[in-house]
Amino acid sequence: MTVAVSVVAAAAAADDRLLAREARKLRRSGSLGVSGWIAIGALVVLGLVALLAPLIVPTDPNAVSLSDAYLPASGSHPLGTDASGRDLLSRLIMGSQTALVGPLLVVVASTILGTALALCAVWFGGWFDQAVVRVVDAIFAFPGLLLAILATALFGSGLTAAVAALSIAYIPYIARIVRSAALSERSLPYVAALRVQGVRGFVIATRHILPNVSGLIVANGTLSFGFVLMDLAGLSFIGLGVQPPTADWGAMVGEGMSGVLQQQPLEALSASLLIVITVASVNILGDRLTERSEAHS
Amino acid sequence: MSTLLEVDALTVRLPVKGELRTVLRDVSLSLDEGKTLGMVGESGSGKSMTARAIARLLPSGATVAGHVQFAGANVFELRGEALRRYRANGVSVIFQDARANINPVRRIGDFLTEALRTNDGLPAKKAEQRAIALLAEVGISDPERRLRQYPHELSGGLLQRVMIAAAVTVRPRLILADEPTTALDVTTQAEVMSILRRMQQNYGMAMLFITHDLELASAVCDETIVMYAGMVVERQASNNLHTEPLHPYTAALVQARPEIDRRSVRLPAIPGHPTSAYEAPEGCAFAPRCRFAQDQCRVAAPPLLQIDQRGVTRCVRMPEIRNQLRASTMLLAEGISREEVAR
Amino acid sequence: MTETKSIPLPDKLASSWAGWPTLRFILGRILGLLATLFVASIVVFGALYLAPGNPLTFLTQGRSMSQEAIAALETQYHLNDPIWMQYLRWLGELLHGNFGTSIVYNQPVSTLLAARAPATVLVIVMAAAIVLAVGLAIGAYSGLRPGWLSRWTMAGATAIMAIPTFVAAVVLIIVFAVNLGWFPVFGSGAPGLDAVYHSILPAVALALASVAFVARLTQAAIRQELSAEHVQTAVSRGLPRRYIVQRHIVRNAAIPVLTVAGLTIAGLIAGSVIVEQVFQLGGIGQFLVSSVQQKDFPVVQAICLTYVAAFIVLNTLIDLAYALLDPRVSLGRKSS
Repeated sequence: MTVAVSVVAAAAAADDRLLAREARKLRRSGSLGVSGWIAIGALVVLGLVALLAPLIVPTDPNAVSLSDAYLPASGSHPLGTDASGRDLLSRLIMGSQTALVGPLLVVVASTILGTALALCAVWFGGWFDQAVVRVVDAIFAFPGLLLAILATALFGSGLTAAVAALSIAYIPYIARIVRSAALSERSLPYVAALRVQGVRGFVIATRHILPNVSGLIVANGTLSFGFVLMDLAGLSFIGLGVQPPTADWGAMVGEGMSGVLQQQPLEALSASLLIVITVASVNILGDRLTERSEAHS
Repeated sequence: MSTLLEVDALTVRLPVKGELRTVLRDVSLSLDEGKTLGMVGESGSGKSMTARAIARLLPSGATVAGHVQFAGANVFELRGEALRRYRANGVSVIFQDARANINPVRRIGDFLTEALRTNDGLPAKKAEQRAIALLAEVGISDPERRLRQYPHELSGGLLQRVMIAAAVTVRPRLILADEPTTALDVTTQAEVMSILRRMQQNYGMAMLFITHDLELASAVCDETIVMYAGMVVERQASNNLHTEPLHPYTAALVQARPEIDRRSVRLPAIPGHPTSAYEAPEGCAFAPRCRFAQDQCRVAAPPLLQIDQRGVTRCVRMPEIRNQLRASTMLLAEGISREEVAR
Repeated sequence: MTETKSIPLPDKLASSWAGWPTLRFILGRILGLLATLFVASIVVFGALYLAPGNPLTFLTQGRSMSQEAIAALETQYHLNDPIWMQYLRWLGELLHGNFGTSIVYNQPVSTLLAARAPATVLVIVMAAAIVLAVGLAIGAYSGLRPGWLSRWTMAGATAIMAIPTFVAAVVLIIVFAVNLGWFPVFGSGAPGLDAVYHSILPAVALALASVAFVARLTQAAIRQELSAEHVQTAVSRGLPRRYIVQRHIVRNAAIPVLTVAGLTIAGLIAGSVIVEQVFQLGGIGQFLVSSVQQKDFPVVQAICLTYVAAFIVLNTLIDLAYALLDPRVSLGRKSS
C-alpha cells in the first residue's frame, strides 16, 4: 500500500512547499507580519473567552424558556435568544469551549504520536521504518471525517470517540512531514559528527534533530487545528458530535437550521462566523509559521 | 570587419528590498562580426548581468542607462515583434545550467525544433532533420533517438551540447555564452568547449564568452574584458593578458592561479573579499584590496584610460606601475616565488 | 512518504522495452491499491470487535428481534467461528456483492445503497466539475496576470478556505433559497434535470473551499513556472508569448496542479456526507448518518468501506495520471 498513495503524497508535499515558497517570495522577512499578529490576537481573545467561559457568561446558556423563543437583541439578551429561548451570547461563549478544546486535544495527541512514530522510524530505519510508512499510508486511506463517523457508530455519539478517531486520522500528516524533515536532517554532516563522537541515537534524535524540526511541527500542528475544528464542528452539526443541550458552535449551526427556515438565521450565522474567524486566524498563523520555519531552515 | 554589438556606458540598477542597487556601472564594449570577446570576473562582478542586459532578459523593475546597439538597432528600444525577432535570430543565449534551462517535461526534440517551427515557420519534418544534423554536428550519437528522450535521461555534458545545438539552429549572429562549461566536469568541459568553438567558426557567429576562468578566456577569445564590482577594469587582446596585465586586479588573478610548471609553497591569494557594485567604496572599487593603492585611488572613481594601442584600464596608476606589474608577472612565470619578487 | 525506487535500465534495454517500466509502474500501483483495500476491510470488519460489549449485543443494540433475525445475523457474521474465519467469510460475501442485510430495513444493504447512490454521485461529480472549471480558471488568470486583482483574489481564496462545508451550505440556503427563493431548500428532486437543479446549491457548498484551494495552488504553480529558468530560456529564444504560456508555463504547472486538484476532489467524498445531510438529498451520505443514529451497523460498515474504496481508487487513478503527465515519473524516477 505504500505505492498506492506515495506519489500522490509526494505531490501533496511538493504542493505545500510550492505554496509556502511562493508566499515566502512575496514576504521574505520571515517575520509573522501584520496579518500574523492579528491572527494571534484573535486567537488569544478566543482562547481567553473559552478559558473563562463559565465566569463571563451573562446568563445560564442552557436555561430553556419556550415563551422567549427568537427574542430580538435586548439588554438582558445582547444577541437575542434561540428557538428554545436560550440566551444566544451565553451559548456562543460556552460553545467556544467544546469548539476549541476538541481540536486542541486532537492536534496535541496526533502531533505527539506522529512525531514519535516518525522519529523512531527515522532512527531505527530498516523494516521498522517500512512498517511505519505502511501503517501511516493505510491510515491516510481513511478520510478523517469518515473515521470519526465510524467511531461514533461504535462508541456512541459525542466528542470523545470523535476526538480519538481524529487523533489517529491526523497522524499521517504530521508523521510524513517530520519523517522527511528528519531524514534530510539526519543526512547532514553534524549528525555524522555527533555519531562519531559516540553520542547515543536517542540523544541525537531528541536533543538535536527534534529541536531543528520543531518549527515545522508547530506550523503543521497549527494548520491542522483548523481542519480538525471544521471536521469536529461538522460532526456536531450533523448531530453525531457534541450532544444537546451542551452548547457548541457546530451544533448551534445545526440547531439554527430550523431558525433559518423561519427567517431567524442569527443563531446559525453567529456560530458560523465564529467558526470561520477561528479557522481563518489559525490558517493565517499556520501559513506565517510555515514561512518562518522555511526561512530559518 | 563591421561592428556587430556596441555597448556604451551601460549602467543597470535592480530593485532589492525596496532600494535600487547598482549592479552594472558604466560598462562599455564592442564586438565585431565573427569575433570572440571574453568576459572574466568573479561571481557578482556583473558578467551575467551584462549578458542579460544585451539579451533584454533583465528582471522586471530593473532600470537601465546607456545604450546597447546591435547591428545598428538600439536594443533597449525594441518592442513587440521587433524584440522577438531580435531574440529569435539576432542573439542566442547558452546558459550555464542546461538542466534548469531546458524544460524537464518536454522532449529534446521539442526543445530543439520549437524555435524553428514557431519563429521560422519550418514544417515539423524539416525542423527535425535540421535538429538531427545539428545533434550529429555537436557529437551526439544516435540523434534520432535523442530527439525522443527527455532531459533527465541525458547527462549534463550531453544536455549542454543540446543547448549549444539549440542556440545554433536559428543561425544567430551573436552567441552569448554564460559560463557554458562551469557546471561540467573537467574532461567534458574541454569537449564542450571545442564543440562550441567549432560551431562558432562553422557558422561565422560572434560570441561573448563569459567565464571566471582567465586561462580559458585567453585561450578562446580574441579580446578579453576583466570585470570587477560591476565595472570593466581592463580590456586588451587575450594573448597579452597573462604576460602584461593592465590592472592590479588582473595581475593578482594571474598570480593567484596554480601552474603545472611552477612550484610554489603557497598560492598568493588576493587579500579581502570581492565587493559588489552597490557596496563598492568611493574611488577605485579594488583599492581596499590593492597593494598599489594610494590616496588618489580612494578619492574619485577612476576613468577608463587608454594604454598605448594595447587596451584600456581603469587604474589611474597604471602608467607608473605598469613595468612593475609586468616584471612581477614575468618573474612569476619563470618560477620565482612571490616572496623573492617582493624582495 | 516512500519514494519510488528507480532501477535505471541500460540505454539499449530501455529502448527495446519502452513499455516495461510503465507497465511495472502500473502493476505496482494496482498491487498497492489492493493491499490498501485489504487493510481497510480489516479495519472496517475489526471495528465490530472494538465496540464495547460482545458483537451480537452490539449489533442488536437491545432491539427486540425475532429468533430468526438473530440467527440470520449470526449466520451473516458467522459469530460462532474463529475471528479470522469470520473475516474471510465476510470478505468472500463482499466480493460476491453481498454487503449484508440492514437490521433496520431488513433488506440487502446493496439494494438500499444502489437506490441512494445516484444522488451522491451526482452531487460529487457536479462539485468536482465546479472545482476544476472555476478553480483552474481563477488560478490561471491571477497567476498569469499579477497585480492588485490577483492579490485580492488570493486573499479572498485564503478566507474562503476557512469556510467549512456546512457553513457554506447554511449561508447559501439563507441567501439563495430562503431570501431569493431561486433554489429549493431541501430534497433531491425528480430524476433528470430537476435532480441537477436540486443539486446546484449542495454542489457549490461542497466545492467552495476546494475551489479556493485549487485556485491558490494553480496561481502558485504558474507563478513558479513564470520565474523558472527554462521559461527564461524560451523567452530568450524569441518564442511567442502565447506559445510560452501554453507549452511551457501551463504545461508544466499542470502536473502538480492536476494531481493535487484530483486529490482535492477525492476529498470531496467525505464532505458530501455533510451536504447531503443539510440539503436532505437522500443519498448514501445521509443514509450513513441516519444508520449511525439508528445503530444499523451492517449499513455503516458497507458505506464506510464503499467510501474508503472510492477514495483509494480515485487516489490510485490520480497517481497513475500523474505518472502519465510527468515523464520523469513514468520511468520509475521520482520528480524532485
